[in-house]
Amino acid sequence: MNTLKKFLGLVWMVLGPLTMTFLFIQAIDKVGLTHSDIERTNTILQWAIILFIFLPISLGLMIFGFYAWKGEYDRLPESSEEL
Amino acid sequence: MSDTLPKNNIFKVIGASSLGTLIEWYDFYIFGSLAVIIGHQLFPEDAGASALINTLAIFAAGFIVRPFGALVFGRLGDLIGRKYTFLLTLVLMGGSTFFIGLIPSYKSIGYAAPILVLILRLIQGLALGGEYGGAATYVAEHAPKDKRGFFTSWIQTTATLGLFLSLGIIVITKNILGAETFGDWGWRIPFLLSIVLVVVSIYIRMKMHESPMFSKLKAEGNISKNPLKESFNNKANFKMVLLALFGATMGQGVIWYTGQFYAQSFLENTCRLDFNDSRYILLWGIAFATPFFVVFGAWSDKVGRKWIMLSGMLLGILFYRPIYQMFLDDTDYTKIEQTDILSASPAPVTSVLIANSTDSLRTVSTKIMLKNGASFNKVQTDTVSATKGILLGKEVIKDKVLPTPIFWKFVGLIFFQILLVTMVYGPIAAFLVELFPTKIRYTSMSLPYHIGNGVFGGLVPFIATLIASFSGSTPLSGLWYPIGIAALSLVIGTIYLSNKRDENIND
Repeated sequence: MNTLKKFLGLVWMVLGPLTMTFLFIQAIDKVGLTHSDIERTNTILQWAIILFIFLPISLGLMIFGFYAWKGEYDRLPESSEEL
Repeated sequence: MSDTLPKNNIFKVIGASSLGTLIEWYDFYIFGSLAVIIGHQLFPEDAGASALINTLAIFAAGFIVRPFGALVFGRLGDLIGRKYTFLLTLVLMGGSTFFIGLIPSYKSIGYAAPILVLILRLIQGLALGGEYGGAATYVAEHAPKDKRGFFTSWIQTTATLGLFLSLGIIVITKNILGAETFGDWGWRIPFLLSIVLVVVSIYIRMKMHESPMFSKLKAEGNISKNPLKESFNNKANFKMVLLALFGATMGQGVIWYTGQFYAQSFLENTCRLDFNDSRYILLWGIAFATPFFVVFGAWSDKVGRKWIMLSGMLLGILFYRPIYQMFLDDTDYTKIEQTDILSASPAPVTSVLIANSTDSLRTVSTKIMLKNGASFNKVQTDTVSATKGILLGKEVIKDKVLPTPIFWKFVGLIFFQILLVTMVYGPIAAFLVELFPTKIRYTSMSLPYHIGNGVFGGLVPFIATLIASFSGSTPLSGLWYPIGIAALSLVIGTIYLSNKRDENIND
């Protein structure tokens, strides 16, 4: 199980930047598809919210993956005294 | 210490904590339930769809700031105590809700109206971010170790009951005043009513005592000097914050908001159900499913929290698409035969001049009643142009009222979705409390909870609707967002989470 946890850590580390890239491409694509000014303003606002929120979370997923890769989750603390 | 608390006292603690939290959820949700009407009040009359989008953006802002509220008030709760912190969040929430009910419309004060509402909505979000962690921590720190899931599950019922209360009060107010008066000024009543509920709750909470565990820490001089630093600068603790987020609260949040919010939005906007019908279906579903929060909370004391929560996510992943496909199929009235129609009553044709133009919009509406008890409005809006003649618009079927058997089938489908909510949400307060030590518990558990629920969950209607609007997508495409997030959380939770309960949280 610990090997699986470590291996998946790599997956989470890759998934973070992949998510960021996907979100950026989607944002550029969808803003580019808009026609009227009002529509463009709304689309930019929507994607700005999504990027502002999900980019730090993608970074968090990378850190989570890094910890998993380093074996930090091989044994979870059994009591909060261990934290 | 908590083990010796008399049984009637723990129920007083639960009652006082739950009532306040329920009122906060009520305050938070009435805004979303009234988004369309508020949009008309806050923005120019010709703003059209952008008024609703901007109102939803203000609504979403309340969700987005919840994690910041968790940090601000969580820190305060770990420094000065649980009791006074969530007393403060209650005052802020109740006050801002009351003032939203008093904000003049766009016609009176222009763009100051949406700006003021945005500020009040941000305060609401911050207050809610601080409230929940405090209430859950407070109850858990009073509860005996073998009944922590059971007792904290009462706090978990409050979010759903808050939604129930908000929908109920809105439907009752609208039915008493009539749709026109409600749209004019009646929508303010649910907001103003909040102040009465908050005053009662403050009175009850003032009589509560500080958490015994926090009091002990304080007496021993062991409270945290900088909870934020200890929560997030300490790697051992920070990695548990990340695990709680990605392995539990992220999946839990999307299951919750899909079952209760996206479902309502889908029935109303995609299936085009009647305003009251869509709300009655949700109200029945909530009423039948709410007791299961306590059932699953209590069960988690016996079998552990992990597998109950993850089973709820798995069932959502498997059944969301079939459920929503049934919603679509059963509300598809485009293929009805002439022999199915009981009556067709055309409404008077209306005509409205388009601003700065000689053209006008002509609306032809027909109320169709079917023999099976269903009914709907067939509406066609044509453009009448002086130069180009009549440009026929697309026919829209809306305000659908379901036949009784389908109505109850929908109640069953919503009940099932909320049952999944009770599985993921019932045990989660106990799960989070047991993950972190007393001196930084309020701060540490609040952040993953509010990112999971406020961000991943709260944005479900917004993101799912956005995905469904992409070219080439179907009405069910939006479901890939909650399904994908729940699947990721299920994998992480299955592999990394432990099912072992930390019996001693007095540390």
